[in-house]
Amino acid sequence: MSVTTASAAPKPKIWNDPFWRGLIVQGALLVVVLFLFAGAVINARNNMQARGIPTDFAFWDRPASFDINQTLIPYSATSPNSQVFWVGLLNTLLVAGLGIVLSTVIGFAVGAARLSTSWLVAKLAAIYVEGIRNVPLLLQIIFWYNVVLGNLPHPRQAAPFLDIAFLSNRGLFVPAPVFGPGSNAIWIALAIGIVGAVLFRIWAAKRQRETGQQAPVGLITTAFVLGLPLVAYLAAGRPIGVDYPHLKGFNFTGGQRLTPEFVALLLALTLYTAAFIAEIVRSGILAVPKGQSEAAAALGLRATPTRKLVIMPQAMRVIIPPLINQYLNLTKNSTLAVAIGYPDLFNVFSGTVLNNTGAAVQIVFMTMAVYLVVSLITSAVMNAYNARMSLRER
Amino acid sequence: MAGFVRTAPEPTLPPPAASTGFVAALRQRLFSGPLASVFTVLGVVFLAWAIPPLARFLVIDAVWTAPDGAACRAPGAGACWAYIWRKAGYFTYGSYPVDQRWRVDIVFIVGAFLIAWLLIRRAPWRGIAAGLFFIAYPVMTVLLLRGSTVFGLAVVPTDMWGGVLVTLIMALSGIVFSLPFGVALALGRRSALPIVRFFSIGFIEIMRGVPMITVLFMANLMLPLFVPESWAPDRLLRPLIGVALFASAYMAEVVRGGLQAIPKGQFEGAMALGLTYPQRMRLIILPQALAIVIPGIVNSFIALFKDTTLVAIVGIFDFLRAVDTARLDPEWAGPTITATGYVFAALFYFVFCFGMSRYSLAVERELAKARNR
Repeated sequence: MSVTTASAAPKPKIWNDPFWRGLIVQGALLVVVLFLFAGAVINARNNMQARGIPTDFAFWDRPASFDINQTLIPYSATSPNSQVFWVGLLNTLLVAGLGIVLSTVIGFAVGAARLSTSWLVAKLAAIYVEGIRNVPLLLQIIFWYNVVLGNLPHPRQAAPFLDIAFLSNRGLFVPAPVFGPGSNAIWIALAIGIVGAVLFRIWAAKRQRETGQQAPVGLITTAFVLGLPLVAYLAAGRPIGVDYPHLKGFNFTGGQRLTPEFVALLLALTLYTAAFIAEIVRSGILAVPKGQSEAAAALGLRATPTRKLVIMPQAMRVIIPPLINQYLNLTKNSTLAVAIGYPDLFNVFSGTVLNNTGAAVQIVFMTMAVYLVVSLITSAVMNAYNARMSLRER
Repeated sequence: MAGFVRTAPEPTLPPPAASTGFVAALRQRLFSGPLASVFTVLGVVFLAWAIPPLARFLVIDAVWTAPDGAACRAPGAGACWAYIWRKAGYFTYGSYPVDQRWRVDIVFIVGAFLIAWLLIRRAPWRGIAAGLFFIAYPVMTVLLLRGSTVFGLAVVPTDMWGGVLVTLIMALSGIVFSLPFGVALALGRRSALPIVRFFSIGFIEIMRGVPMITVLFMANLMLPLFVPESWAPDRLLRPLIGVALFASAYMAEVVRGGLQAIPKGQFEGAMALGLTYPQRMRLIILPQALAIVIPGIVNSFIALFKDTTLVAIVGIFDFLRAVDTARLDPEWAGPTITATGYVFAALFYFVFCFGMSRYSLAVERELAKARNR
């Protein structure tokens, strides 16, 4: 072995060289993970064969042979299991979509109420937020279902709201719209109205940039979106009627029935998520420095334009990322429907179909994949949004 | 005429009558403007509507002592607190044999002592407390609760455990496991080694992207399939693994926030001192990173504590399940029993979660003080 010259650095031992060490560590990790994975696959195959558990997707086209009490698409007990998947997915999207809209409205209202100058209202909002946030959602769901909706009267003694909606132990009956012939004109008018409103907004913003003149944007866009369909509605001879629920025999007929499970789940999800959204909104508004509203006041802006043009645009930048996170949480939390039997994707697919077919691995992975895809798409969109909205510092 | 020069200060005038005293405080706090006034009035109306029936149900008409459900079934009776009192043992221990419950009590007391030691930030030797809590305490808990003929303790199978005991086991083992594993995942996510990074990110994102109940289902149904048949984990251990893995992914993201907040100079300084990677992390980076994110860690403990209720869905007899089962007991069943049980359960969870969130606020304030000094 020759003596190394002073100019060439001595070659480090292989376990001291970052490159080789990294390679060894990662190789070891890869081997361990692959070993565990292969072991799991082999064990799973052996165990499943030993217990007669299906390992293929043949169950997908077999008849489901059970009923679902709320379906948005045609479904019967003879439909295949694939149809159960779509029914469940649509039910999940229904409760998640409605929950997102309602919890956003309530959450923004409560968040603003926590900053109210009225001490009483601020305290009430704080009690709501702390009370809801610190109690498990599952408990809230079964509370609404078993206590509030479980003690409801029979349809004959149903609690009426203005005599158009009725709450009884058969569920909540609400008026349903009936679309007669010619109602297509209204949808077309609505679409034209929305496009017109967007185009007008763009034009008004451009004109304000160039000339400084403002247009009554709010008024005109409202006229576009609401006025055009109204005109179409009247011109087409009022094609949309309303079907009110009414008592007939021992139950209500007509209108739209919302099952107690749906109402309980929606209520619990909405109120729970709204408490978190309220906190996000409050901290978002508080994150706008005080100098912003003081500067707006110095410029002569009144309270409403200050809020609309100065505070909220800056607050929204802080609010939106965690807000979207809450939307995802709400969607994932809708799987708790299984506790009260609302037929969401998890309940009917990972619950009933899994029990009927025994195809545990396929079904659990498929269900996970659905939620994972929703989450990953949402976070990809969020990252794009963040990149666009983040402050460009020079 | 000579000019007027003031030689003594004018006596101070009292503040305007409208800005002092009770009326002014009321006005400023409740009626500062027309909108605030409307809201205040609405709030008062709401309170007048909500408080009397609640007070009647929870306190005035409530049944405090009763031998069985007859008094609670009487028309007009409110919450049946007697039922909670009678069922307290069941809610706390589940079906754990009555003559062996002292073992559970010891576990509770030692746990409470260690947690208090860890949480009081001025207590001495908190390192020892951490060692005891994260290593010795879990071993002791398993030996004591499960029992072992070596120590002359009767074996109590896990399907007899229940109630608060199981809820606390779920929450505490989730905490004990998720903190170190979450730190490891967070370090893996920021590692320079691409394969380590890939596995860490994959695990974190998958766990955070799926609902917890699917993870529990997977642990419950598929874990026994993934291992040789003789290794099939215990019925209680399966959801425990699910809870721990799920919590670790969320913990990893909290810890990552702390790691990102450490200035680059700290990493470089540690390297310049010639410290190895484990030394750098253990001595320089993690102590600072974890201190920053204590509030975040406590918040994920709160979420974990609430999430333990989900194990009820996969058939584990936790506190919520005990409450939900006890209401069907024919001796007590009645119109108010369900509501009483749920209100009690809500209070139980509220006390724990609210307590934790207050603690995290206090720590946050202390940290802010230290930073802004």
